[in-house]
Amino acid sequence: MKNIIVVGNGMVGYKFCEKFVEKAESKDFKITVFGEEPRPAYDRVHLSEFFENQDAKALEMAPAEWYGENGIDLVTNERVADINRTAKTITTAKDREFSYDYLVLATGSSPFVPPIKGVEKEGVFVYRTIEDLEGMLAYAAKLRELKPNARGAVLGGGLLGLEAGKAVMDMGLEPHIVEFAPKLMPRQLDSRSSQVLKLKLESIGLNIHLSKATNQILGDKYIIGMEFGEDDMLDVDMLVISAGIRPRDELGRACGLEVGVRGGIVVDNTMKTSDENIYAIGEIALYNQMIYGLVAPGYDMAAVAVEQIIGHTDTVMPADIDMSTKLKLIGVDVASFGEPFMPAAKGHSIIFENKTQHLYKRINVSLDGKSLLGGILVGDAADYNMLHQVYLNGMAIPEDPSQLILPASEGGSSFGSVLDLPDDAQVCSCESVSKGDICCSITEGDCTTFGDVVTKTKATSGCGGCKPMVTDLVNETLKSLGKEVKEVVCEHFNFSRQELYDLIKINKVPNYQEALDLFGEGHGCETCKPLVASIFATITMETANRQPTIQDTNDRFLANIQRNGTYSVVPRVAGGEITPQQLIVIGEVAKKYDLYTKITGGQRIDLFGAQIHELPLIWKELIDAGFESGHAYGKSLRTVKSCVGSTWCRYGMHESVTFAIDIENRYRGLRSPHKLKGGVSGCIRECAEARGKDFGLIAVDGGWNLYVCGNGGATPKHAVLLAEQLDDETVVKYLDRFLMYYIRTAGPLVRTAPWLDKLEGGIDYLKQVVIEDSLGIAEELEQEMQGLVNRYECEWKEAIENPEMMKRFKHFVNSDDTDDNIEFVPMRGQKMPKQWV
Amino acid sequence: MQDILNQYVTVTEDAVKEWFRVGETTDFPENSGACIKYKSKQIAVYNFSRTGKWYATQNLCPHKMEMVLSLGMIGDKDDIPKVACPMHKKNFSLEDGRNLAGEDLKIATYPVKIEEGNVYIGF
Ligand SMILES: Cc1cc2nc3c(=O)[nH]c(=O)nc-3n(C[C@H](O)[C@H](O)[C@H](O)COP(=O)(O)OP(=O)(O)OC[C@H]3O[C@@H](n4cnc5c(N)ncnc54)[C@H](O)[C@@H]3O)c2cc1C
Ligand code: SF4
Ligand code: SF4
Ligand code: FES
Repeated sequence: MKNIIVVGNGMVGYKFCEKFVEKAESKDFKITVFGEEPRPAYDRVHLSEFFENQDAKALEMAPAEWYGENGIDLVTNERVADINRTAKTITTAKDREFSYDYLVLATGSSPFVPPIKGVEKEGVFVYRTIEDLEGMLAYAAKLRELKPNARGAVLGGGLLGLEAGKAVMDMGLEPHIVEFAPKLMPRQLDSRSSQVLKLKLESIGLNIHLSKATNQILGDKYIIGMEFGEDDMLDVDMLVISAGIRPRDELGRACGLEVGVRGGIVVDNTMKTSDENIYAIGEIALYNQMIYGLVAPGYDMAAVAVEQIIGHTDTVMPADIDMSTKLKLIGVDVASFGEPFMPAAKGHSIIFENKTQHLYKRINVSLDGKSLLGGILVGDAADYNMLHQVYLNGMAIPEDPSQLILPASEGGSSFGSVLDLPDDAQVCSCESVSKGDICCSITEGDCTTFGDVVTKTKATSGCGGCKPMVTDLVNETLKSLGKEVKEVVCEHFNFSRQELYDLIKINKVPNYQEALDLFGEGHGCETCKPLVASIFATITMETANRQPTIQDTNDRFLANIQRNGTYSVVPRVAGGEITPQQLIVIGEVAKKYDLYTKITGGQRIDLFGAQIHELPLIWKELIDAGFESGHAYGKSLRTVKSCVGSTWCRYGMHESVTFAIDIENRYRGLRSPHKLKGGVSGCIRECAEARGKDFGLIAVDGGWNLYVCGNGGATPKHAVLLAEQLDDETVVKYLDRFLMYYIRTAGPLVRTAPWLDKLEGGIDYLKQVVIEDSLGIAEELEQEMQGLVNRYECEWKEAIENPEMMKRFKHFVNSDDTDDNIEFVPMRGQKMPKQWV
Repeated sequence: MQDILNQYVTVTEDAVKEWFRVGETTDFPENSGACIKYKSKQIAVYNFSRTGKWYATQNLCPHKMEMVLSLGMIGDKDDIPKVACPMHKKNFSLEDGRNLAGEDLKIATYPVKIEEGNVYIGF
């Protein structure tokens, strides 16, 4: 039995253990792992997710029991303090000694903190461990309480710095990024793309300061600002330092292992250090004079060290290491791969830039125009996985390479099928899973779903960047085998939403419980209940009052549940048109019930902070004044936004407000697979942002242009043109058909844009169905819609007039007390819920 | 907030010191939860009429400390009766209160007794 000691239980140290115990030879070895952190290894790459859920368990690479079950001794919370190479022993900070045959150093790196005066002040953080994040959260919470407009800054505008910037923003602080270089992500981006990225980040609210050298951190005990030059300062209340990493090579240095000039323990391509019994892997290892600050190379190193130790000495580290990266920021696509900057002598660059849309794409191709050498994508990195594969596998590129990056509408084409990739194309680089591995697990193995493939191959379980591609591969492979890729509702209904819709409709099923008895099994869940509720609503227009217990909480109480269990109230303001008298009523109601008021993005007014028993009282007053439910709580038509149009605007071509009101009133209360929004603009200046909606109308000479399937939100998409120069009547006819067709066929919680993406034949097919009636169902769709329109009633009015329905608006069954856990604190003359965390 | 959480501790049927009446069965909507008050505690009571069983748990979701579990939809997962928190859809077993995704979150459960149309919770 030989002893292996692993120093460091981080991502790579863990991966070493995982790969080691998979080997048959592992029975001849005993592994002991020392980790300095208080918990077992966790997924640092997804550290930022901790901000969302504070769920440390969810980040674990493996539960603590895993180590014991696999014969590994895991010692957490104990730092290795010394190595004695002659005696082949280590000593821990608790002064315990252990001997080894092989020592594996996986000590990773620590954040580099530049020697700036004042960095030790309270409120200055680094971003590496769960403890760092806990500290930041606690500090930010304190700040928010003391100061409504507190600011947080990040020192460093690299990949990690930007991720930290987003975290600062999510913590409710005004975010600032301070970068020493004249551009963002200096290691991955050229100046032009970095400029585009800056505009994009500014548009989502990050403040960017470039070319700033920080001289000093200001403040007595805690940070109050940063000083750059004499009169150049930035007031900040919190700072996250993200200025690069330094390998934790102190152990290696002390025992005389060869180290690099700028740190890191030197290894050869077998991962051996200058001592043949000591290996170094991950962010501590200096390979090819480089520290690779990414997990994928670290995992490869772990695999090499495993093979070397068990005697498979011909497995070595490749000389070239792929450093392609994609930023994991929600809402901002940035990626670079291969050689992002390229001297003109080595090849040609093709650049596509559109500053107004914050779009920049650059690809570098070889001088003979035959191969892809690298590139940069900002604003739209949807093609990253495919381009990356083309680059990695040296695949042929089109004769006109610009096709690879031009938007589809300008003649560019997306790629062929994912199945065209060579079998050895590495799809998941974190876990080294090839396209062949994925496809074979289905064609030759017994995997039949995405989940099976993940369990079998581990693909997607590292950084997760390959998920879209793996999903496509799985679906395409299943399809090629003639297997249906069926999306069933949940474990209770073995049908797709559309099938269930038809079953309920044809069999005239009266309610959920019967649907479950007839077509389902078990007792239902939070997925199928609201889904079936929505199907009932679109078949019979039944309101949420009829089967309240199968509704999502929002629909059940006809209000939006907010943090701390209060609700918000939004009356319908069709087209955004409101009279002074109505404004006064809303104001008075808000004052009477002490509600926080805010104008919404859909041109109406949201009243926050109502308790459940107040809802009917509030609605009674609103309904008496002529308001009705705005359905802001439902997966249903929200608003039809309008500009003032020809009524007031000197450019207006048609009366956009009038038409918006008509349309909103036509489709009000309409329940659908997801929320629906509309917009009407009076001319092509598009002040109502109609193309950012599920359906949008823009006035042109001779009528309206009708656009469909756009949305804002996390993945914004412009609506596409369905038909031009329509009169009012035709618009309504087409809208009836379009909406009803979407409602019938879309999957649960699929908005119109992704629905269109998946619709075979795309917009052309949709045009045939809606305009040319290629399916022969146009009349049926129109009649169904008219039926729903005729049956509309305001569900709030229904609820407050029916004592039986009113019963549910009460917090306790056995008491008239109200929920005493709800607490508010003042904010800018109004109130907000008190934060618990 | 931790104090509020700490007052909820699972009570098993044989450890009940007091059976507290919380209303009639008809006060509780079918196949759904509802909230009752006992001293300073808020308890979610579930009338699982599809199986004819009753369950009770703390109303406080341990995930983000929201008093909302009684508003969650109930149902089953792999045949275990459960409630899904309406906030972020964490699933808890109604039988023993554990999180069904294996996360380190747990809710306290309480026994329920039905006698002559009255509902009692054991504390
Ligand atoms: C916020 C964030 C986002 C990131 N995003 C990405 C990304 O998108 N893609 C990507 O590829 N990479 C990303 N990275 C980098 C990635 O996390 C690292 O490359 C990876 O964690 C390196 O693994 P490691 O095991 O070498 O080091 P670590 O994970 O740092 O593990 C080293 C461990 O050793 C312990 N240790 C050190 N010295 C001792 C000692 N003497 N005794 C005992 N224990 C010791 C440390 O406490 C630590 O737990 C990100 C990093 C961060 C912080
Ligand atoms: S879209 Fe045209 S009509 Fe409407 S407000 Fe703007 S400029 Fe005026
Ligand atoms: S309102 Fe919308 S964008 Fe704003 S925090 Fe909530 S979900 Fe996010
Ligand atoms: S508060 Fe219950 S799941 Fe988040």
